[in-house]
Amino acid sequence: MATQTHDEIFPPPLVSGNPTFGSVTEAICSIVEKKPTVPWMVFFAVALSGLTLLLGSIAWLIWEGTGIWGLNNPVGWGWAIVNFVFWVGIGHAGTLISAVLFLFRQKWRTAINRFAEAMTIFAVICALVFPGIHVGRIWAAYWMLPLPNQMGMWPNFRSPLLWDVFAVSTYFTVSLLFWYVGLVPDLATLRDRAKNKLAFYAYGFFSLGWRGANRHWQNYERAYLLLAGLATPLVLSVHTIVSFDFAVSVIPGWHTTIFPPYFVAGAIFSGFAMVLTLAIPSRKIFKLEDFITVRHVENMNKIILVTGTMVGYAYAMEFFIAWYSGSPYESFAFVNRAFGPYAWAYWIMVSCNVITPQFFWFKKLRTSMTVAFILSIFVNIGMWFERFVITMSLHRDYLPSSWDYYRPSFFDMSTFIGSFGLFFTLFLLFLKFLPAVAISEVKGVLPQADPHWEGYGHGAHGAEDSAHGHEGKSHG
Amino acid sequence: MATRGSPMAEKVKAAKKPARNWGIVAEFANPAELVHAAQKCRDAGYKKFETWSPFPVHGMDDAMGLPGSKVPWLSLGGGLTGCTIGLLLQWWTGSQDYPLVIGGKPLFAWEFALPVTFELSVLLASFGTVFGMFALNLLPRPNHPLDRVPMFKRVTDDKFFLSIEVRDPQFDLSRSKAFLEGLGGLHVTVVEE
Repeated sequence: MATQTHDEIFPPPLVSGNPTFGSVTEAICSIVEKKPTVPWMVFFAVALSGLTLLLGSIAWLIWEGTGIWGLNNPVGWGWAIVNFVFWVGIGHAGTLISAVLFLFRQKWRTAINRFAEAMTIFAVICALVFPGIHVGRIWAAYWMLPLPNQMGMWPNFRSPLLWDVFAVSTYFTVSLLFWYVGLVPDLATLRDRAKNKLAFYAYGFFSLGWRGANRHWQNYERAYLLLAGLATPLVLSVHTIVSFDFAVSVIPGWHTTIFPPYFVAGAIFSGFAMVLTLAIPSRKIFKLEDFITVRHVENMNKIILVTGTMVGYAYAMEFFIAWYSGSPYESFAFVNRAFGPYAWAYWIMVSCNVITPQFFWFKKLRTSMTVAFILSIFVNIGMWFERFVITMSLHRDYLPSSWDYYRPSFFDMSTFIGSFGLFFTLFLLFLKFLPAVAISEVKGVLPQADPHWEGYGHGAHGAEDSAHGHEGKSHG
Repeated sequence: MATRGSPMAEKVKAAKKPARNWGIVAEFANPAELVHAAQKCRDAGYKKFETWSPFPVHGMDDAMGLPGSKVPWLSLGGGLTGCTIGLLLQWWTGSQDYPLVIGGKPLFAWEFALPVTFELSVLLASFGTVFGMFALNLLPRPNHPLDRVPMFKRVTDDKFFLSIEVRDPQFDLSRSKAFLEGLGGLHVTVVEE
């Protein structure tokens, strides 16, 4: 107990192992500069075959039409929307870590933000695939955008589905910019360390000639703060608008005002779970234990506990309101979810999303890498089932004669599995070619980055004193 | 003082006639020294000087006496543009250019226009922020006189530098060099343009 209190008052250093500026550069850049390892190549081959599966499934879909999916008459929205919401939800943690935790001055975020932002961008790419291909006539997909055309027609701005187009594409663009702005100084580091011409010109091109001038840092830091301020309401708006896809339609089980906050909490929940799923093996494989510490994992587990409990509250409140509203259709929709033909999916959802995170009340489990990894997989599964359960409300509509049971077809499954191929292909390329940890930001949170660090003495004195202090270890 | 550089830079230099000086650059041991040196440069009346570091150094803007960043104005401009475009787009397409009654809803109302207006405001504010920041920093800039100083390569790794340009009215080669050396500047180097 005594040590715990001590840790709370004097938090452990954000980066362990007392690194110097140079050792931070070396530790992170060497991952990129080394030849790809055998495990990386094996994973990459698996991911590429997943990507091939996705592209093949999409090609067949375009050729044959949405009839290859398991859709039927009451269930007009199947796995395509489930997968879309699943991937968009995962894509929330990155911006949340980068933007919201940045505004709250949570400096521990620096080690995981690059990672989480990359995950966000790739997850949103996977999400965008599904609305892109589910339109059936894919050559008319540009109708979703307000482009002048020979029919003289415009999209219907009164439809939440169109709001969604704007929300998700804005979210993707802003996340990409945020990620890129953060990358520029680190790409400059890789440029200046480049051993061959190709790397020099590639990193040189994308680092835009960044040289670390303080006048540049000044504008850069201000821009980063503003982007964080812009991305925070954006990240909350995106899943709110995604939930409008359901909530604005007059369908029992969907037409509820709790959807926006409930979807946002669920998105954060699933996003953090996916960050853990990726970060725990990566820190081991790439020896990033000093950067992604136990404290990081524990903090993320705490967020999973909070948001998971919020999701559990939302499940309970949905039931309560269904009963309290007195609407027989509402009550039926929820009783049918829990005890109808899809009860198996409902109880998978509840056990993975409500029960699983409760283990994180215990510090021992919260700080165990194995437990955190296994539970994060359960959360990923549970959150996929949440979207499945919500979408399957369609299977018993107002007219009992049209009730049906939805079963995914082979191509539903191959497209979904293939989307993981796309995600991991992009993620592995990221790990190989870009710095997985924000180098300049990590240097900025080292104790010796502060000009008033005690190792430098009070006020700046002679060069000798300070030079020694620079190499010395933190006294904290 | 001759500086070595890449063969390419050497060729470019040979093509030009007389090499003019861009300024001088000195290395400083750590962020504390760099802030201290920047304060002294500011107090000595230098204007065209710059500090270079692998990460933003806390308190450097004050030490250099820099005015505030103009980036927020560009964000604001972008955001207001996005807001205007969003409202006009939805009002004009839905109620002016091709009015279409759908579900008995009004042709235009600010309530349904909110989500798209909000998203476009955020999008254009972000464009203003990011592209504005790069524009204010005059980036991209592929080439810079300091690229010919071999030690400067480590500015993105673990070294700290301060440079004074010839353009500065206070600049005097021997006096400015001695000034930086007096502040603890290491390897004070003349940089050719």
